[in-house]
Amino acid sequence: MMEVALAAPPLVSREAPARVALITLSQIRKTFGRHVAVDDVDLDLAEGECIGLVGHNGAGKSTLIKLMLGLFRPTTGSVRVLGADPAGSAAAPSRAALGYLPENVAFQPSMTGIETLSFYARLKRQSARVVPELLDRVGLAASGRRRVGTYSKGMCQRLGLAQALLGNPRALLLDEPTSGLDPAARQDLYAIMRGLRDDGACVLISSHALAELEGQADRVVVMSRGRKVADGTLSTLRQLAGIHPLLRMRMDGGRVVESACDEATLPGMLRTLPPGATDIEIVRPSLDDIYAAFLHQEDLA
Amino acid sequence: MRQTLIIAGKEVRDGMRNRWILATTLLLAAFALTLAFLGASPTGAVNVSPLAITIVSLSSLSIFLLPLIALLLSYDAIVGEVDRGTMALLLAYPVTRWQVVIGKFLGHLAILAFATLVGFGAAGVALWLGGDNDPASWRAFVVLMLSSVALGGAFLAVGYVVSIAVRDRGTAGAIAISVWLLFVLIYDMALLGVLVADQGRIVSARMLDILLLLNPADAYRLLNLTGTEGVSTFAGLAGLAGQTGLSLPSLIGALLAWIAVPLGGAVALFARRPV
Repeated sequence: MMEVALAAPPLVSREAPARVALITLSQIRKTFGRHVAVDDVDLDLAEGECIGLVGHNGAGKSTLIKLMLGLFRPTTGSVRVLGADPAGSAAAPSRAALGYLPENVAFQPSMTGIETLSFYARLKRQSARVVPELLDRVGLAASGRRRVGTYSKGMCQRLGLAQALLGNPRALLLDEPTSGLDPAARQDLYAIMRGLRDDGACVLISSHALAELEGQADRVVVMSRGRKVADGTLSTLRQLAGIHPLLRMRMDGGRVVESACDEATLPGMLRTLPPGATDIEIVRPSLDDIYAAFLHQEDLA
Repeated sequence: MRQTLIIAGKEVRDGMRNRWILATTLLLAAFALTLAFLGASPTGAVNVSPLAITIVSLSSLSIFLLPLIALLLSYDAIVGEVDRGTMALLLAYPVTRWQVVIGKFLGHLAILAFATLVGFGAAGVALWLGGDNDPASWRAFVVLMLSSVALGGAFLAVGYVVSIAVRDRGTAGAIAISVWLLFVLIYDMALLGVLVADQGRIVSARMLDILLLLNPADAYRLLNLTGTEGVSTFAGLAGLAGQTGLSLPSLIGALLAWIAVPLGGAVALFARRPV
């Protein structure tokens, strides 16, 4: 019924961003012994852009982020972050304009929220005045004097976000930031991300669910087994994934019929509906369907 | 420098929070005071400064205790932070890797120095109030306090190498204890065994000196037992030390080299370690 385009040239489309690239990965390959974590990845992250990085666990998302942080050196290829090689000796000053929220962020449990944030603020040469303001911004104003050891997972995540926002970063790397956040905190996070992006920062958010990024990411990069399998806006990805909308209806006898169509033929099909058809629905592919299609194509390739 | 001191300051604050500073200071003070009072009692007749006796017993105790405290402080310093995931975050800040190692080391050294100076100092104050005012012994006491900090620093630096070289905390702990056993217990016994078996045929006095410098605990022992006359006459077991040709500067140099070389190695290793 469904017709999925299985030809697999790399599905890349660019909306010609004329903006300055803050982070550039070119021809990156990273191996750990025999295991290839990232292979042949090119990526430009520009200012004023919010990019979603999507993939399964082990697809290479965290490796890419750690390459951008200079925690790993690429086996081959080059990385530039805010004008410097992040693994080079001269990179430390450039990290003043970088924010990072690790996956499963952890802090010293014996320090309070305020002490923790003050320590990181000093390292970024920020005045101590920003600390209460930031705690308030992430909704921790009331818990700043409590020890981090007493925080819930969500509160740690908020504190992690607060430290990532220190010094109004020009590049913000968030590794699975929504895990452990309740829906309200998630919306706060998205609002903060949008604010930074509108101020010209480059925001990278990694996730294992594409659906989560709907409406948040200007551009989505899909990783699978260390390779970049798609790169573009969500609407482009929809087209590239080759999944068609379904027209579903209930016929006279109660039988449910589905037929694949596309946006061009849909109006015609609607005009020629069989008599007696009820419960007419147009089922558009969900983001998870699109994601599954990309991974499926990659499996076949 | 600023970043290094910020990291050192955080290490000291952690030490206060988790009561490391309090515990080690009390432990050292308790031992030092006990030895001071025990040492002071039998000396009335032989006219030896009670301080000199205290120095001999305190230095013998420090050789066991300070390396152990230093290794326990340092073995987890890097591998533990990598394990908990706080190191990746720290390195995403405008700090270099050497600043992280040196900063943490300075913080730990400050903790150790505070505990030693306050703990041993308490004993010194007690003896001074007891009326001991032999200036040579007081000089030796100052040497004891400073060299104890240096001894701790040497084992801190070795602990950092261990903490960076291994992948998990359990291994680091096991290696740290082995390092302690090796330098504090096994080395001297092995050396003694070799000397007895060799009967002076191969191991010359010169070679023995070098072998003693290759262990920071031995350099520390010689520094404190031969340092001053009042002490060395009383340190009966220093028969070996009495014959050594090692000068005070070479002993101090050996202790400082035992800080600088492992610490340099730790910095170089950490530059290449994946986090």
